[in-house]
Amino acid sequence: MAEFALPANSKMGKGKTWPTTDAGKRIKKFNIYRWNPDDEKNPVVDTYEVDLDECGPMVLDALIKIKNEVDQTLTFRRSCREGICGSCAMNIDGTNTLACTKFIDDVDKDVNIYPLPHMKVVKDLVPDLNNAYAQLASVEPWLKSKTPPPPDKERLQTPEDRKKLDGLYECILCFSCATSCPSYWWNSDRYLGPAVLLQAYRWLIDSRDEATGERLDNLEDPFRLYRCHTIMNCSKTCPKGLNPAKAIAEIKKMMIARQS
Amino acid sequence: MSLKTPLGKVRGLGSAKDGTHHWWAQRVTAVALVPLTLWFVYAVMALAGADHATASAWLASPFNAIAMLLLIIATFHHLHLGLQVVVEDYVHAEGTKIAVMLAVKLGVFALAIAAGFAVLKVAFTA
Repeated sequence: MAEFALPANSKMGKGKTWPTTDAGKRIKKFNIYRWNPDDEKNPVVDTYEVDLDECGPMVLDALIKIKNEVDQTLTFRRSCREGICGSCAMNIDGTNTLACTKFIDDVDKDVNIYPLPHMKVVKDLVPDLNNAYAQLASVEPWLKSKTPPPPDKERLQTPEDRKKLDGLYECILCFSCATSCPSYWWNSDRYLGPAVLLQAYRWLIDSRDEATGERLDNLEDPFRLYRCHTIMNCSKTCPKGLNPAKAIAEIKKMMIARQS
Repeated sequence: MSLKTPLGKVRGLGSAKDGTHHWWAQRVTAVALVPLTLWFVYAVMALAGADHATASAWLASPFNAIAMLLLIIATFHHLHLGLQVVVEDYVHAEGTKIAVMLAVKLGVFALAIAAGFAVLKVAFTA
């Protein structure tokens, strides 16, 4: 059954406040979700005060400053700090996005930071992405072709066909979209979610791929594909400005096209 | 607790190779309901305050009776498809799911037949 209340072990407790030692005038409060699997306590929200004059402009800069200077136990994923690795996806100010490309100044009041919604939490802001990665693997996101490549050159594609991959290949698999989707919250065990379906479409529309039919067979399922109810949270939240909802609609059109 | 791999769980029972017809039927009935519902609302408003005999005579005209039957078929078909999706979305316990789905199917079918019968009864006795 869909859950409309938090389970007992997810109910939020009261957290600590960590005042800043900097004496600046531009103090911003960061309210950050904390949960540690080792202490058997419920999650809490800790409040960290950060002097913005001593901090970089992005939310990730603040997180790194907190971890370096205030509380080393704060746990989060990050790597490239420029919006291309997808590691630091989290829920900031109520929206799933990348901490490294989100300006602190874009948040009016306190900055509320939670892990990606409705995922199992490993620790603090680190969600368990095992299921999402397995779903990606299930659509076999690589070129499948019976025809061997030409011996002396790469597989060719016209500029027009290459253009069809624009808006798809840029996905960095941060799963901000999937975890913003209520349909994915309720049925992530069977619904593939917008991120994986966008990847599936990226290979469906690739002119060099020869497995389109098998790919569609694999997706044609009341849950895998048709749990999408065009809620559009995916396209609204995508930190790369992509449109997973459109990719899903295109897959549905392909399903109709091969029947009529 | 299961030691099944994440990929094994995701691949599960495989693709049902189904769902397209359901999705398409939902769209088709939705499109059909646009003119039918507008017509129905207009008709009901036009009949406001009319006595029983006038309303019966209105429904007895072939066009109105046929349009009403079409409205009933489209509405209840669409209702059935929609409720099925709602149940699949929110009810995950297998036993409950089967029971609710059965209630939805039989209930919607019974309502559709009752509504259709009512139209025919008025149409052929008025």
